[in-house]
Amino acid sequence: MTPSPPSDHLSDTQPGSSPPNTSVESQFAYGVSPGRKAFGAFMTTLVVGCALLAALPLFSILWTVITNGVAHLSPRVFTELPPPPMVDGGGFRNALMGTFWVLLLASLISVPFGILVAVYVSEFARDSQFSKFVRFGINVLSGVPSIVAGLFSYGVVVLLMGGFSAWAGGVALAVLMLPIVERTAEEGLKSIPPEIRQGAIGLGATNFQTISQIVLPSALPFIATGVTLSLARAIGETAPLLFTALFNQFDAKSLSDPTATLSVLIYNFSTSPFQNQKDLAWVASLLVIGIILVISIVARRIAQRQAF
Amino acid sequence: MQNMQSSTSRTSTNAIADQAVALRAENVSVYYGAFQAVRNVFLDVPKNQVTAFIGPSGCGKSTLLRCFNRLNDLVASARVDGKISFQGRDLYARDMDPVEVRRRIGMVFQKPNPFPKSIYDNIAFGARINGFRGNMDELVERSLRSAALWDEVKDKLNQSGLALSGGQQQRLCIARTIAIEPEVILMDEPCSALDPVSTLRVEELMHSLKEQFTMVIVTHNMQQAARVSDMTAFFNAEAGEGGSRFGYLVEYNKTQDIFSSPQQQETHDYVSGRFG
Ligand SMILES: Nc1ncnc2c1ncn2[C@@H]1O[C@H](COP(=O)(O)OP(=O)(O)OP(=O)(O)O)[C@@H](O)[C@H]1O
Ligand SMILES: [Mg+2]
Repeated sequence: MTPSPPSDHLSDTQPGSSPPNTSVESQFAYGVSPGRKAFGAFMTTLVVGCALLAALPLFSILWTVITNGVAHLSPRVFTELPPPPMVDGGGFRNALMGTFWVLLLASLISVPFGILVAVYVSEFARDSQFSKFVRFGINVLSGVPSIVAGLFSYGVVVLLMGGFSAWAGGVALAVLMLPIVERTAEEGLKSIPPEIRQGAIGLGATNFQTISQIVLPSALPFIATGVTLSLARAIGETAPLLFTALFNQFDAKSLSDPTATLSVLIYNFSTSPFQNQKDLAWVASLLVIGIILVISIVARRIAQRQAF
Repeated sequence: MQNMQSSTSRTSTNAIADQAVALRAENVSVYYGAFQAVRNVFLDVPKNQVTAFIGPSGCGKSTLLRCFNRLNDLVASARVDGKISFQGRDLYARDMDPVEVRRRIGMVFQKPNPFPKSIYDNIAFGARINGFRGNMDELVERSLRSAALWDEVKDKLNQSGLALSGGQQQRLCIARTIAIEPEVILMDEPCSALDPVSTLRVEELMHSLKEQFTMVIVTHNMQQAARVSDMTAFFNAEAGEGGSRFGYLVEYNKTQDIFSSPQQQETHDYVSGRFG
């Protein structure tokens, strides 16, 4: 938008009011035609409108979850077990603990795995055919629908162990977390200048010392970001858990037992005909969204601490 | 020695007694793939002296320097022909451990490259991996003092090494090399990123470190070579068959002689600034 008052523009176009060359000059300085102005205004409105429309579902979801969740939030949801149908009160400490254990198992599998793959690809075989193949595999894996990850874990862990378990859920989520962890770790490792590695090697460090004590710690903010992002993704996954961790009305006695998780609890209870269970599903949704929010903020904070 | 004297037609090395030689290059050629970067170099680096490598860009100074502590092993395409020995032992012998070589022959790089760790840990890292068992605080202080950095950083040892100025970073890199107590320190244009004041401090540092270490320094600054070094090697590059340029040693002598009475016309042209 030009700062020109419209009157200037109009007076210029009046024949004889000014010499022709002044008219040309002001045409250059202020000359946005009314058509273009209108078009600009229209486009601005359109873009802002679309942006608002896109944010609308997000805000409406947040609004619904927060109002419904907060209304039924109470300390007992953290300490009690899910109530039988028709009974009031209760909580879902089993699902909270279950989510914790399943995510912990998934992290214990995917984080070291992903970091080792990233170290191999970026430190040892940067341009080899094999590392290209590995990178391609990781790309494909990141596009795999989560239910397929669940099927994989069902086929391997559930059938081998002979039952549903936190282990099976952990493996399914690990498959989903792996590509996120690997990619961010690889990016982090690549961002470490080669001079740093040469500096360590030049001091007589072995490859292992260089990578474990200099390169990986320098890439730690990246890796931590990747881990938190992958956790945020995993905590909301329901489909791969339905036939791996399954569900449990009670506390799981061990990691080899069927295990309740927040996401599956939401899935089960939100479709329940009983109001109390529906209410608990809202509270669980609120907690999941809250946890994801916290994780994302933490990830951002860590990402800002990058050394390079 | 025999070998060396027979082919020093272009160099006029003063014969150095064998026990006073730290590093010896005999007929060394370095290749990157099929490209020959350095051709047939004979050169003895004397113990406890500063040897300077000078010469135009691309003549292979860094390449040769990196061969002295096997840093070229990191470049997959690099290959070294001829023999480089350190205190009489072949550096490239099969049973020579490159990690051990680098612990005894340290390197300071052209660009300051402190680790993204605290100043303290920058120095402690090298010592730790070298199995240092003594008092670490004392070693850190001693190394920083040797590198003339102690007074500037003694109150912020826990701050990141990256938060220092370029000149301070370079002295930190020198300090961490000193801390591993190598026998030789190789420096590749250590002052090229520094201001004149920092440069002067690093030069003073080299003077004082000479008693403890053997030093080889690459520099583009001829006054610097004249100021700090005892011996100077002048390298040049020449187009070989097929048009690829290879580097070679033109003249190697006492610094004083290189600058005041060079034996070769090329050296004379270079040190008097009448070059290319
Ligand atoms: N990693 C490498 N791979 C392939 N060729 C290289 C590599 N490093 C150096 N070279 C080549 O080897 C030759 C010598 O390079 P070198 O870096 O040793 O020169 P230099 O004398 O140190 O130059 P400068 O004064 O500019 O630092 C150059 O032609 C360069 O292109
Ligand atoms: Mg160089």
